[in-house]
Amino acid sequence: MGIRTLLIANRGEIAVRIIRAARELGIRTVQVHSDADTDSLAVHMADEAVNIGPAQASKSYLNAAAILEAAAKTGADAVHPGYGFFAENAAFADAVAKAGLIFVGPDGDTIRLMGDKVAARAAAASAGVPTVPGSAGRLDDLAAARRLVEEIGFPVMIKAAAGGGGRGIRIVTDMAEFDRMAPQARAEAEAAFGDGGIYIEKVVEKARHIEVQILGDGKDVIHCYERECSLQRRRQKVWEEAPSATLPQESREELCAAAVKIASAVDYRGAGTVEFLYDDRTGAFFFIEMNTRIQVEHPVTELVTGIDLVREMIRVAAGEPLRLNQDDVRLRGHAIEVRINAEDPSKDFMPFPGVVETLTVPGGPGVRFDSMLYNGCAIPPFYDSLLAKLIVHDETREAAIERLRRALMEFDVGALKTTKPLFTALAQDENVRTGAFHTRWLEQWLDTNASRLA
Amino acid sequence: MAMKQILSPLPGTFYRKSAPDQPAYKSAGDSVAPGDVVGLVEVMKSFHEVKSEAAGKVKAFLVENEGPVTAGQPLVDLED
Repeated sequence: MGIRTLLIANRGEIAVRIIRAARELGIRTVQVHSDADTDSLAVHMADEAVNIGPAQASKSYLNAAAILEAAAKTGADAVHPGYGFFAENAAFADAVAKAGLIFVGPDGDTIRLMGDKVAARAAAASAGVPTVPGSAGRLDDLAAARRLVEEIGFPVMIKAAAGGGGRGIRIVTDMAEFDRMAPQARAEAEAAFGDGGIYIEKVVEKARHIEVQILGDGKDVIHCYERECSLQRRRQKVWEEAPSATLPQESREELCAAAVKIASAVDYRGAGTVEFLYDDRTGAFFFIEMNTRIQVEHPVTELVTGIDLVREMIRVAAGEPLRLNQDDVRLRGHAIEVRINAEDPSKDFMPFPGVVETLTVPGGPGVRFDSMLYNGCAIPPFYDSLLAKLIVHDETREAAIERLRRALMEFDVGALKTTKPLFTALAQDENVRTGAFHTRWLEQWLDTNASRLA
Repeated sequence: MAMKQILSPLPGTFYRKSAPDQPAYKSAGDSVAPGDVVGLVEVMKSFHEVKSEAAGKVKAFLVENEGPVTAGQPLVDLED
């Protein structure tokens, strides 16, 4: 193994997950942490821990100099960014490489290319993969934007070319609204990013979110089939599954081949995800974006393929070739993940930090629990609310939902509010059980059902 | 006259501005009416406005911009 000491530049459940993978590869682990995470599970588990700053992420987990200093001090030869924080920051990947260390992920140039929405769409189009109808590049001329909108039809989304994370997105449903909103979007983009460029995308209504897991070694790329993450609240996934509840086999092969094409076009190295919108009425699919990192919901793919994605991405980063051919990747059964967040679903998902006073973790056949929790641990208010992921695997989707219901009954964190009641209700919902949903379905469901999620 | 204080409703990170490039909501010497926003508390990536329940004048901010706060911690001293 070309990596001897791995520094984990992240926190929470994903830090724990990475430590486990590294251990199985005989790699020593260094966990960096903030003042608020001194007693975290990842810090307790790692071989060595280094405090890199105050609680606020901007002063610790997003302090590149402190992270690189910790790597030098502990003799780390590689850095794993996890997800969030620096995971898709090209400048950080460059800085890690410049310091003579291995970045566990693709190189800075690949991150840069896929992080630029216009460039990523162009890369997909040149690989022959359909993208959501919209502007081919940035638009600076409102008259040209108007002509394009007439051609592709409403509703459309206006986005800032320089934006990100859902910021500055406007959905408009007719030309009058477009004429009012487009200049506003330009002005806002100019003020926020110093770049008034916008681009326009058709809104695919009642679409399903389907994403393909890929693995590459810089030469060969394989896919590990798809995940469906259509159950979302405010564009955040809450329930993910593999395989998709409804994708026909023919579409599955097509979608996965498209993902491999996109990743191959950039000689992808590492674990990545190619995201699509899928219209189950027409069978059409459209590329949305590629995420150049491990994703929160990777365990469902691990359970249905038997591949340890985190271990594989570390091996590939260390310079090893992929050990699997496409033919080695087989789907078995159905897996579902739900995100246990420290939020109160009966109070509009109000964040609920605190201390764990009692904890019972679900177990038994086909149940996996990836978590940052232990009895007595603190849940700091400074970071995102993900506490744990409950993942179940069974022969069929129906059986997996029953297994999920059973595992949720076992899970207990005392007085702390979590999203558990949401999943208990969803697991019994007829639409969820038959897979009849799309990316806006959950928000509509919450409008009528949120009050009984206590 | 008893000193009035504005307390943080939540634990998290306190911000005195709506965005890094915006002016502070309130500064020392500014008058405050009930319902006026004096800052934001970020808890688990969601932002919550801190509103004054009392009227008065800002004597001092007790927590710096981007400082960590606990629930119930005094943020602002008000005077009449």
